[in-house]
Amino acid sequence: MKDQYALALGDDALVLAQRLGEWVARAPELEEDVALANIALDLLGQARTLLTHAGELEGAGRDEDALAYWRDDRDFRNVLLVELPNGDFAQTMARQLVFAAYQYELYDRLRASTDATLAAVAGKAVKEVHYHRDHATQWVLRLGDGTDESRRRMVAGLDTVWPYVDELFDDGGNPGPALVAEGVAVDPATLREPWTAYVGTVLAEAGLEPPAGAAPRGGGRRGLHTEHLGYLLAEMQHLHRTHPGATW
Amino acid sequence: MTSAEWPLWEVFVRARRGLSHLHVGSLHAPDAAMAVRNARDVYTRRGEGVSIWVVPSDQITASSPDEKDAFFDPAGDKVYRHPTFYEVPAEAKHL
Repeated sequence: MKDQYALALGDDALVLAQRLGEWVARAPELEEDVALANIALDLLGQARTLLTHAGELEGAGRDEDALAYWRDDRDFRNVLLVELPNGDFAQTMARQLVFAAYQYELYDRLRASTDATLAAVAGKAVKEVHYHRDHATQWVLRLGDGTDESRRRMVAGLDTVWPYVDELFDDGGNPGPALVAEGVAVDPATLREPWTAYVGTVLAEAGLEPPAGAAPRGGGRRGLHTEHLGYLLAEMQHLHRTHPGATW
Repeated sequence: MTSAEWPLWEVFVRARRGLSHLHVGSLHAPDAAMAVRNARDVYTRRGEGVSIWVVPSDQITASSPDEKDAFFDPAGDKVYRHPTFYEVPAEAKHL
């Protein structure tokens, strides 16, 4: 189902954009406030195009706003990683490294999609995500190879997000073999090797180990979410639901 | 980490090929590599540039306000130093 694939990728970007937006006015420095807001806005831009496309493919008359604001948590198809609370700055950087490295490999391949819209989104977004990955890399290197305290936090951050890594590479029926065979979608399992190579290099340079023995979590692509997503959606959706059709 | 530990950097941005880098402001960053990235986020969000320089603020040696008269006033009445005695072709931009 092509619309479900576009929806899943769009939900990943939308939910992470909302999470990163929570850092605005709370980051350690003004400069990081701006950096995280920029990254969030890049993701929001990706989400808008992907959700609009998903709505058109679905053909039920739902636009980007209908999909973003009028679905409940069970109808969201994002991976669990992006809905996790931000934690401290190190935990957010751990998630950013894990997710941006995944999204970079995904978009890099999705540029060749036989779906023109997906190919166009990926072509534009791959440059944005290249920067997201670099930003997270710089911080993981500095925190991992910094003070005892920064290292302790970086290790804890990696431990927190690591159970959610496997889900990124688990097809679980979305996109499914048919869409991959048609050249519309990328089989997420094929992203694991390049992802591991990149993240492994960064962690090694930072003097960190990939956490071992984490029990993998999943279910987001089927609408089975953590308790955190409901609160995130409540904040994101309440204005639109209170004042339907409100504009700036 | 607090602001006190993050040094100040001066940021220079080149708007496009053929122009010089211009000073656009300053920011805090833990080191040079992060300063370039912060400058990208703070000063080039709206397509302002194609190249960024950052310089540690404490590496800039400035003229002193006390020396203003001795430094700059003597140039004020040297009209013959100004290129006002020939026509600038209309095609010549950025002189």
